[in-house]
Amino acid sequence: MTKLPDLAWLRSRDFRAGPFPVSPVTARGWTALAHALAADRFTLMSLWGEAGAVCMALHDAEARRVAVARLDGVTGGFPSVGLLHAPAQRLERSVADLFGMVPLGAPDARPWLDHGRWGIAHPLGAAAAQTAQQPYPFLPVEGTSLHQVPVGPVHAGIIEPGHFRFTAQGETVARLEERLGYVHKGLDRLMQGATLARGAELAGRTSGDSTVAYAWAFAQATEAALCVAVPERAFWLRALMAELERLANHLGDIGAICNDAAFAMMLAQASVLREKALRAAQAAFGHRFMRDQIVPGGVSADLSPEGEAVLAALIAEIRERFPALVALYDNTASLLDRTVGTGRVGADLARRFGAGGYVGRASGRDFDTRRDLRHAPYDMLRTEVPLRREGDVNARIWVRIREVEQICSLVTQMLNTLRPGPVRTEVVPVGEARTGLGLVEGFRGDILVWLSLDAEANIRRCHMRDPSWFQWPLLEAAIEGNIIADFPLCNKSFNCSYSGHDL
Amino acid sequence: MRRFLLEGLIRRPLTESAPGPDRDATDELAEALARLTRAKLGRSLSIRHVDAGSCNGCELELQALSNPFYDLERFGLHFVASPRHADVLTVTGPVTRNMAEALRRTYDAMPDPKWVIAIGDCAREGGCFAGSYAIVGGVNAVVPVDIHISGCPPDPTALLKGLLALVERMGVRARPG
Repeated sequence: MTKLPDLAWLRSRDFRAGPFPVSPVTARGWTALAHALAADRFTLMSLWGEAGAVCMALHDAEARRVAVARLDGVTGGFPSVGLLHAPAQRLERSVADLFGMVPLGAPDARPWLDHGRWGIAHPLGAAAAQTAQQPYPFLPVEGTSLHQVPVGPVHAGIIEPGHFRFTAQGETVARLEERLGYVHKGLDRLMQGATLARGAELAGRTSGDSTVAYAWAFAQATEAALCVAVPERAFWLRALMAELERLANHLGDIGAICNDAAFAMMLAQASVLREKALRAAQAAFGHRFMRDQIVPGGVSADLSPEGEAVLAALIAEIRERFPALVALYDNTASLLDRTVGTGRVGADLARRFGAGGYVGRASGRDFDTRRDLRHAPYDMLRTEVPLRREGDVNARIWVRIREVEQICSLVTQMLNTLRPGPVRTEVVPVGEARTGLGLVEGFRGDILVWLSLDAEANIRRCHMRDPSWFQWPLLEAAIEGNIIADFPLCNKSFNCSYSGHDL
Repeated sequence: MRRFLLEGLIRRPLTESAPGPDRDATDELAEALARLTRAKLGRSLSIRHVDAGSCNGCELELQALSNPFYDLERFGLHFVASPRHADVLTVTGPVTRNMAEALRRTYDAMPDPKWVIAIGDCAREGGCFAGSYAIVGGVNAVVPVDIHISGCPPDPTALLKGLLALVERMGVRARPG
């Protein structure tokens, strides 16, 4: 194997406090890194395009450090990472769609985000008029007595759009193939040249259920790039909002997963608690989803003592009422019959794909940004990471149940620690181009924001990687061998983001 | 489970209750909405939803309409799985180019008379995504819009208000058959 290129590896305390240096690599070095990924030496955190370059963010889990490699001088193509390491494939296809830089030797050359409807090809590269729309060739499935069920992009429920192509043998799914990109809004190009305020607005609208986590990750990247010292109270308020967002999402999804197994009572009960969490967010932070509350430099409004009391009361109520729901789940045999053993994701796959959040943690991948790539204020809190190994729907539910309990503990710890002080500081340009990395544990998993700023602190490039990028492919694996009727259950237990993925 | 069922029988419902002397906006709205839907539609209005490019925020609030606090179905309003069963199409998001055809086809699949509610700030002209190569524009760039509900996202009360406004308008506009 070729020698690995020298990379600037940074531990969290370093990249959280200052700019993130990019490590230029040669094409040979790039390929060596792809081999290292395939050999499980690092985890791929993201892969994205820039003007005439491709970048990769790598995570060395054992050493708890991160590096960003960049291959410059890319004109037509670059050596494919997906050829050796499957998790990179869809990211590379997106690079090809947006920039026109082709992953050479890639096993899958089909477009991904580009459905042939934008009117322009390669909107972030050398934009050109688009050629006629080609039909999308789905992967062939061979065997006897197979039939196909196309689903979407418009789904039956009140959910986001995407297409699922099932190939089934009787009731059993032989293959699921996803086709996404329907909600592609062109965020990457809207970000180019935007001010930081505009960038924060867009980041907060990347995925509606994770608006706090995205806004925080964007703020982190900005503050790291420009070395902004954020006031301490702002950290606490940000974490309170992030945990409240996680709580509301977990509660909603625990109910919704059970509802997909036709157990409507759980949805009704859990949605009551979710609504109370949203109302508490409204009372404490002025918005049910706390949108636009986190801004580069701090938070936009302070939390009043009344707001603190509302949060304390919410946690008290969750503590009182949630255990009965957990018991209800655990004691309903007909429900467990649907969730146990369904939609299994093996530990090896979760590890290889670097699946974040409950998808990874239900399959034994012991990773949580809050603990493993720490940032304030989680370095001052007791954080436990619930872990299961079975990898089925049941395990994903249990991880989320345990996380709800963990959130109650975190919020209580924070409310006890909170001290008055300023909540926002000014963000000023430093007069030179800078790059910064933001990494936040959203409810779904780790959200990565890579930010490149010019001398006036306007955005040159902003790449946001949703945890769903590494979870969607696992859903295809999870459903194999299950029956089509269990797909909603599996899908909801993943609850991947469409908007966050399609950008 | 028995405990929950029993509680459901003996506890006061969580649903924002019938208007009293100091009723809040939600109660007032709920009452008005119930009266109007009954008069105009005989308690039946089926809603089909399409996310044409939203960030998912509006969907979360639409889902909240079905929780016990807002309990949309008590007004005879309910979400259906097929456009062929629907009277009303709710649409969120700036309409992306990749979703425009699916939205149009969903609208075309609905029987007449039909109405369209555009939901959220992005549904009007594309909101903060306007100008992108991947965006057609607001909902009215693809299908005719009867009512627009603003907000980022509009909260469930705002959504109820919007539904009320539509039901009020229905009497003066389209007629069945």
